[in-house]
Amino acid sequence: MKADSLEQIAETLEAEGYVSDPAVSMSLFLALKMRRPLFLEGAPGVGKTEIARVLSRAFATELIRLQCYEGLDIHHALYEWNYPRQLLRLQAGQSEDLGAIYSDEYLLKRPLLQAIDPARSTSPVLLIDEIDRADEEFESFLLELLSDFQVTIPELGRIEAAHSPIVILTSNRTREIHDALKRRCIYCWIDYPSTQKELAIVSMKVPALSEHVREQVVSLIQKLRREDLLKPPGIAETLDWAEALMHLGIAELDTDTVRQTLGVILKNQEDISVVEGLLEDDAWVAQVG
Amino acid sequence: MSPATPPTPDAVVVPIESRLVEFVQRLRALGIPIGVDQAVSFAESFAWIQPLHRSEVYHAARATLVNRQEYLELFDRAFSEFWEPLRASAQPQKAPQAPRHRPEQFQRSTLVSFMAEKAKRESKEIEVTDRTETATQVEWLQRKDFATMSDDELRALREAMTGLRWDFSQRLSHRLIKSRRGRMLDHRDTLRRAAKLGGVVVELRRRDRKQKPRPLIVIADISGSMELYSRIVLQFFHGLSHQLRGTESFGFGTRLTRVTDAFALRNVDIALDAVSSEVIDFAGGTRIAESLHTFRHLWGPKLLRRGAVVVLISDGCETGDVEQLKREIQALQRSCYRLVWLNPRLGQHRYEPKVRGMAAALPYVDDFLPIHNFESLRQLRDHLARLPKRKGGSGEVSRRL
Repeated sequence: MKADSLEQIAETLEAEGYVSDPAVSMSLFLALKMRRPLFLEGAPGVGKTEIARVLSRAFATELIRLQCYEGLDIHHALYEWNYPRQLLRLQAGQSEDLGAIYSDEYLLKRPLLQAIDPARSTSPVLLIDEIDRADEEFESFLLELLSDFQVTIPELGRIEAAHSPIVILTSNRTREIHDALKRRCIYCWIDYPSTQKELAIVSMKVPALSEHVREQVVSLIQKLRREDLLKPPGIAETLDWAEALMHLGIAELDTDTVRQTLGVILKNQEDISVVEGLLEDDAWVAQVG
Repeated sequence: MSPATPPTPDAVVVPIESRLVEFVQRLRALGIPIGVDQAVSFAESFAWIQPLHRSEVYHAARATLVNRQEYLELFDRAFSEFWEPLRASAQPQKAPQAPRHRPEQFQRSTLVSFMAEKAKRESKEIEVTDRTETATQVEWLQRKDFATMSDDELRALREAMTGLRWDFSQRLSHRLIKSRRGRMLDHRDTLRRAAKLGGVVVELRRRDRKQKPRPLIVIADISGSMELYSRIVLQFFHGLSHQLRGTESFGFGTRLTRVTDAFALRNVDIALDAVSSEVIDFAGGTRIAESLHTFRHLWGPKLLRRGAVVVLISDGCETGDVEQLKREIQALQRSCYRLVWLNPRLGQHRYEPKVRGMAAALPYVDDFLPIHNFESLRQLRDHLARLPKRKGGSGEVSRRL
């Protein structure tokens, strides 16, 4: 992949099926050039994780994904010893030397260690997904790792990446991430796409759907996002819906079809009843077209 | 309060006094902010006017209770509505009750004279000699309704609040820490010890889930008659939240606004003064449902997680749609660990939650508690420290009186 200029980044993303915008391209370009992690924040389903996938395809390199959750610790993020094997070895009486059980053979490499493995010949893409789900303790640990891509394992010593990974962090913003971590990153807020951009995305991902229905779908989704919903549909939902309508062989989107397929775009009973109410309202439906 | 006119427990004055308090509460309910000191001046003015002359009472009330031009019209209407029927019916006056039948009245007058006594001499020596009496006073203060407290008493209350220790309900996080009696094995530590003994596991090391305090969210009605109570409760939580990170506070009237940051920077009173004009539209009444809706949509996804406890302070007088309030409360309860509703009216004698909004919301509230005096604050603290492990089934309300 060529990433020498802003235009090249935009082209590469396009070629890999990602409809970008100037803000995203710029952040990504800078993150790659400055070798800084890219911090993507935005509502669920706007394509944050997708950027990491696209990058790994474009660079033809491995995607290492770490899904965050509360209580995520170094044993699950970085490394763990294979205790049963260590114990067997000890009890088999083969070990005169204690160091033997603390060697590579008994080391379980978790995503972060895989990403900075010195044995790698290329930079992998490291996706740290939904960092807002992890707790503050994990954030502090990441600070250390992301600043110089090296860790110290007490029994083994220091491990440093030969090729520092391309790091993408995503957050759904269910909580504020600490400034200390954000400061080390290039920050990019990904908003819901414009009508035009969303149409381009749907055309690219679900080309089998007729253009007319695609326009109807995007127009309705855009309208729904302006309503007071708890969980407004993201691009992921738009694409799911477009695909569902394609399978149903819909040629014209009417209120009945919308009602029947609402479960694809809205996952909250309260939101569904709000939208069902809106669908009763002829004036509202007329606005969507 | 002026020591020049010490209130005497005159039998005839008692009913008028309670009527005055009622009138002040009525004005507060309409959204006219009236401080305790203003109410006291109003009562004191009766020493100088003829209480049976309607126009004199009217002007005295206007002069002491209203300090902004915007409220005058509202005040005029409230005044005629409140005093007119009394004149028309001209009921025969009831025989005054002896003070012992109204312990509240009786105790108030002894307290007032005691406070006046104390105000005159502030030397430490007096405090020491008065120790026994001070103890009874503190005890009494604990059961006194906030709305009937004087400035001095409120000050004493605030001091007492800062002395409270806080031990908020904990939740089990998913983070593991070393623990002697933990429920999980610490493989790493166990093996490290075993390795030293050639692979013989002599001792099992353990880990357990770390306890963390639950996120606490306080949503307080700061409009009209609720203002005083909310101020005190917010102050209470504010003082305690120094020991507890991540307490979020919101104030509402017709609208809702977040006051957490303002509290962190300033004193609670100043912060509330600053936001009250923002959230209270005096003509709009109290819109609990709409405010909760705003809360859930703007802040819910961020704050209603990790076993959050929501404390709502309101008297349940909804001026908006009661059906909507029911839905909002239901949704709020579903998305938090525990929903605690604090209602100062609950502390009043023979209170029944029959206000439209309160009755609709009650089935979806986990705890329904009074919050009218210091003792109820302490009960609240104890309750919040020992929240049951699992949410009780809806409809099951623990109600303490």
